[in-house]
Amino acid sequence: MTQDPRAASPQPDPSPASTDVSIAAGGRSGRAMSRLLGPLSGAARLEVFLLVILAVLIWWGAQLSRFFLTGPNFGFSTQAVMEISIMALAMTPIIITGEIDLSVESMVGLSSCVLGWLWASGVPLEACIPIVLMVGVAGGLFNGLIVTQWGLPSLVVTLATYALFRGLGHVVLGSTVVSNFPSDFTSFGYGYVPGTFIPWTLLVFLLLALVAVAIVHGTWIGRQVFAVGKNKDAARYSGVRVGALKTALFAVSGLVAAFAGIILTSRTSTASPDNGLNMTLAVVTIVVLGGVDINGGRGTVPGVILAVFILGTLKSALTQAGISTDYQNVAIGLLLIISVITPQLAHQSRVLVDRVHLGRQRPARDPVPGEVHQ
Amino acid sequence: MALSVPANVRAPNRAGLLIGRLARSREATLAGVVIVLSMLVFLRAPNFLSSTNVISVTSLTAIIAIAAVGEALVVITKNIDLSVESTMGLVAFVVAEALKGQNLAVPAAWALGIGLGLALGMANGVVITIFRVPSIVATLGTMSIYRGLTYLVANGNEITISDLPAGYTDPASQTFFGVPLFVILAIAVVIVAGLVLRYTVFGRQIYAVGSNAEAAATIGVRARSTVFLVFALAGMLAGVAGVLWGIEFGQLYASSASGETLAVIAAVVVGGVSIAGGSGTVVGAAIGALFLGLINNALTVLNLPQEWLQVIYGAVILFAVATDALVQVRARRAKARSRLR
Repeated sequence: MTQDPRAASPQPDPSPASTDVSIAAGGRSGRAMSRLLGPLSGAARLEVFLLVILAVLIWWGAQLSRFFLTGPNFGFSTQAVMEISIMALAMTPIIITGEIDLSVESMVGLSSCVLGWLWASGVPLEACIPIVLMVGVAGGLFNGLIVTQWGLPSLVVTLATYALFRGLGHVVLGSTVVSNFPSDFTSFGYGYVPGTFIPWTLLVFLLLALVAVAIVHGTWIGRQVFAVGKNKDAARYSGVRVGALKTALFAVSGLVAAFAGIILTSRTSTASPDNGLNMTLAVVTIVVLGGVDINGGRGTVPGVILAVFILGTLKSALTQAGISTDYQNVAIGLLLIISVITPQLAHQSRVLVDRVHLGRQRPARDPVPGEVHQ
Repeated sequence: MALSVPANVRAPNRAGLLIGRLARSREATLAGVVIVLSMLVFLRAPNFLSSTNVISVTSLTAIIAIAAVGEALVVITKNIDLSVESTMGLVAFVVAEALKGQNLAVPAAWALGIGLGLALGMANGVVITIFRVPSIVATLGTMSIYRGLTYLVANGNEITISDLPAGYTDPASQTFFGVPLFVILAIAVVIVAGLVLRYTVFGRQIYAVGSNAEAAATIGVRARSTVFLVFALAGMLAGVAGVLWGIEFGQLYASSASGETLAVIAAVVVGGVSIAGGSGTVVGAAIGALFLGLINNALTVLNLPQEWLQVIYGAVILFAVATDALVQVRARRAKARSRLR
């Protein structure tokens, strides 16, 4: 991973413990502050923040158009972000371990091409889909094995496979586009649960989200993921097979990306080498917006799930406001940066409040400058 | 380790040392590969070395090389700039728009473009060093923001060569003593950047920040201002590349230069700049750009399917970083062995 310059100066440590320490030193009113902030500390506070953003976006969307808060719009706009959302679920543990997978969007393209090519050459769909999923696993294993066995940075490896997978897609399908898929298949991508406005793909996402929450927050696998992200060496010495774990996570990411490719092919009923272009940006945006630390070690799946709905709502609201997809990327990029800046600013301002209290009450015993978390 | 060994024990003859160092240097090996590959392609397709082909290959390569020099500076500090393609695209479009809509004089428009690149780079720098957003996230964000701004400026239009002053694209095919103008420019950029990196305090600080930020801080390097300056410089060089892009093509869309970040980072990585920071040279990055440009062109002149281009790009990046890792592992083992003896 890339390293930011903050390593050179004392790090802002957004963990609640450090804040409590500095607050505790602040005397009575400081303690009152900490009692106030206590229940809202840590992960829960972030998720509340995300819920507020979501509520504001829904309110804004409702102001823009009466159509916004209707079933059809909900169904349509959720459907449009399901591929990236599913991939974000698989990207989350990868980023928590301190790695990244930039190749997911190209795997979407490659799987779509393999699917189109197999279908066009007469293979029945029941056989195509497992093959495509296996292609995804193979691609993910390739990423994972190179990263773990050769000890290379995942940023570069997956940048290379980002080109490689996309290129293979072009090689498999050439410049043709396959679009004569049967309606049984395509209705999965753009169909709804009969009688409702719930897309089938949303059900799939919710199911996968449950699985992700259970694995990441409820099993030893999840604990190992966090352990590796916090301190790789410590994790290794306490018996975590770091290489195997990361390889498995990359394989799952490949599998999920291939599945997203199938969904996208189904939704747009088109298999094309250009499928999935620029999706990596959206996937990483969702994960980071959901509060996962890009340097690893911290994050929650529920946060990422909330971020999915924030992104979906934002896109839908912008569409209602008459802003086309080309311009929407500005908003998504801003959202990505703001989502990283805000928690830090919030932390810094909180520390500033603490400092004011410290200064007013015990000026003589002000802690050593520079020792206080800024 | 070297210090513990008496100097006279390790004093092989000068020539042997030079050859050994050349073989170990990524720049020299890569240059050798470029020459061998060019000769092979030339044997199969003699028109490969025709002046038109050489000029078109090297001009485009020069543009990527200039952007790659900026990217190399960033990567040496252990950061990354993914927004370079969007900076190039936005600068190219704004320059063309200024020429078309505002009737700005050509040099003024170029200065505007380079200044815009500098400003975009500084914006990256602010987000990264003041708001402390990791560079991969920050530039992933600005990549889409700058691209979106290009769409705003373009407003659904594109710029054709007839919108630009007569003869605007001529410099792209101009040569001095047989060397294309863009290549001279790229060489100048590489030389200046190379000298700055090697001989100035600022240049050494760039390496220091990338190889060990804490140690750098201990000896008084201000990491944040160094990183900020590097991002500003990278933006400016991307701006120069963007201006040249407009001159090279004359035809500009809101999506111009999309996907070039991959080419730029590939050039840097293939050129031997370590993504882990602290090592690599701008000469390497420029030769890396030449190598990739050569592969691209070889596919065309040999009538090989263009679909394979990205596959080859991916494979080349993997190969380059894998050999690096292998060499490092070998060196570490050799060191361990010599210590045992």
